[in-house]
Amino acid sequence: MTQEKKPKKTIAPKKNPMPSQDPVQRARNFDEVTLGYSEEAVVAEAKRCLQCKNAPCRRGCPVEVDIPAFIALVAKRDFAGAIKKLKEKNALPAVCGRVCPQESQCEKYCTLGKKHEPVAIGRIERFCADWELANGVLPQEVEPPTGKKVAVVGSGPSGLTCAADLAKLGHKVNVFEALHVPGGVLMYGIPEFRLPKKVVQAEISNLKNLGVDIEVNAVVGKFAVVDELLNGGGYDAMFIGTGAGLPYFMNIPGENACGVYSANEFLTRTNLMKAYRFPEADTPIRVGRKVAVLGGGNVAMDAARTALRLGAEESWIVYRRSKNELPARHEEVDHAEEEGVKFAFLTSPTRIIYNDDYWVTAMECLQYELGEPDDSGRRRPVPIPGSEFVMDVDTVVVAIGQGPNPLVPRTTKNLACNKRGNIVADTETGATSKPGVYAGGDVVTGAATVILAMGAGRTAAKSIHAYLNGKN
Amino acid sequence: MYRVVKKEVLAPTLNLFEIEAPLVARKAMAGQFIILRVDEEGERIPLTIADYDRGKGTITCVFQEVGKTTKELGALSEGDYLQDFVGPLGMPSHVENFGRVVCVGGGVGVAPVFPIARALKETGNEVIGIMGARTKDLLFWEEKMGSACNELHVITDDGSYMRKGFVTDVLREVIEEKKDIGLCVAIGPLPMMRAVCDLTREYGLKTVVSLNSIMVDGTGMCGCCRVSIGGETKFACVDGPEFDGHQVDFAEMARRAVIYKPLEQQALSRFVEKQEHSCVCGCGGGEK
Repeated sequence: MTQEKKPKKTIAPKKNPMPSQDPVQRARNFDEVTLGYSEEAVVAEAKRCLQCKNAPCRRGCPVEVDIPAFIALVAKRDFAGAIKKLKEKNALPAVCGRVCPQESQCEKYCTLGKKHEPVAIGRIERFCADWELANGVLPQEVEPPTGKKVAVVGSGPSGLTCAADLAKLGHKVNVFEALHVPGGVLMYGIPEFRLPKKVVQAEISNLKNLGVDIEVNAVVGKFAVVDELLNGGGYDAMFIGTGAGLPYFMNIPGENACGVYSANEFLTRTNLMKAYRFPEADTPIRVGRKVAVLGGGNVAMDAARTALRLGAEESWIVYRRSKNELPARHEEVDHAEEEGVKFAFLTSPTRIIYNDDYWVTAMECLQYELGEPDDSGRRRPVPIPGSEFVMDVDTVVVAIGQGPNPLVPRTTKNLACNKRGNIVADTETGATSKPGVYAGGDVVTGAATVILAMGAGRTAAKSIHAYLNGKN
Repeated sequence: MYRVVKKEVLAPTLNLFEIEAPLVARKAMAGQFIILRVDEEGERIPLTIADYDRGKGTITCVFQEVGKTTKELGALSEGDYLQDFVGPLGMPSHVENFGRVVCVGGGVGVAPVFPIARALKETGNEVIGIMGARTKDLLFWEEKMGSACNELHVITDDGSYMRKGFVTDVLREVIEEKKDIGLCVAIGPLPMMRAVCDLTREYGLKTVVSLNSIMVDGTGMCGCCRVSIGGETKFACVDGPEFDGHQVDFAEMARRAVIYKPLEQQALSRFVEKQEHSCVCGCGGGEK
């Protein structure tokens, strides 16, 4: 046999492009923006992976997915193997593949990224999850029943991850959801065009296959309080992942005028209640001719892009710092720009102007400049005196952040919270001040990302498992 | 799914539903509300709890058919199911022994006033009830209210039953006659609650009203139900629905209550047209 010399692997410097809907067209429909890789593209992308032994990418993954392993399986076209590998660590791969900020996580540490574009880990993950949803769900292994029961409060990303991990370990898990469908922010917050709701529900039905029970229309703190569920409800432990559901407003005059929405309301009406299908769906929404969205995060981008799809002629992001400081993902900002969202940087409103019928007609704003860096390291916006001007708008969406939902903290005895109302939980374990009660996600950290909440759910599940074993 | 165990047509567009929801009934208190959805495409609407039966595990609500959703709800029969039913939401009424109290119910507002009057009476208060309606046909629960009050006055706008006039006419007389009233509770249409508050303000009589603002989730998440109370923004769903009536910005409430009026009208006309087009042509009564 002749020894063949292994050819040196040449690596494409750029990611395989993600096919997506044309910006002009998509800005007026609610269909998903990105279309997903083809089989050929995903295999080509997987082959870009260097299969580093030390796998630096894994350091960037809050749920510790074995990234090189699943990518290697994709490169061999073993998609079933790849999704199985993914789901060992990630209960919601179709969601994460779409909404994780990979550029600041796994892909940030990719060795290839030093010289070229990193491997498109998120896109490969999404392909695998979609492949499974299209080809039939593979059964997952579940440990024999332990006889222990855990209550999970909230069915958002942290609660679902915690529930899945505990169910796989053989514990009986009941999830309580306040709304009429499970999914939390994945259903009410993130728009259909970024995360189709049928994808979310398909992932959730995978959890049900693990034996997780989900009770909707169940507001913990109202139909029962945490202490009742623990003492007498038959639960051995509990996880609280009730999210950041309390919208902040600017506290400027005119904010209660008709035509001013919190981003939560604007997005909930559209996503959860399907107001974009009104009158086929019963819930209405009113979007005017010219919409101003206050804030610069992902939620603000979602609201501004939603406004266009609801028929607004103009949709503006009004942000008091400059483009460099926008907290939203670059990809989201790019998508918004491509679709025609306009940006008013270094601008912040001082009051909302309304007519005799109390409807918004305009917004008075002040111009800002950037000063010295503040505690967050970003340059502080400083108002320019006398720079007031009037912006002609008829709808205002306030997207400046959310606080923790107060229903559980207010009704639970001996549950320590900080002065912002967030539940205090150990970052290493998720343990709260109350024995047997763990917490994670936005209710602990304040509004953050889906994957960080999922990481917190996973951490808490490990602690709860250890706590339950110790209880024997 | 939540079964309608009892339906009572109180007047042509006024219905009473008793709905099976044991988890809600277990905790329900006077002053709280529920949110329901009729079907998969339905909107979430809040209704104040009119009564509850912990033993049977049921909640009673009374509603007027005004828009598409309430008409659809009114078209259901005993044994039918609601898609969603969640509660009890909001804060319960503050109940203590004030001595002598007045409970005023206007129109459909008589229903949510009833459990509050009952709770106040059970706590040892002398309860004076005042109930009013536009006309005789729209009056309901006179007997039930009578049992929850030590004294009950009934009045109709058109004089078709008992006295002619408004609840505020009776209220003024009651206040003048009995000086030492500790609390007034008033629930009904916005103009009525506003008129009651204007009156009791003159006498310095603390007045509690229940605000039925537009809501989506009802758990503090959307802020659609925000109201100005003494110049401060509050969420009716989690901070209320009951507030000090003398602090409520009724003018703002009235304008916010009609935000979706044109769209609601559109949904209603579409619904009515569909119903009238009851199917003879085989189209399923459906899309135009």
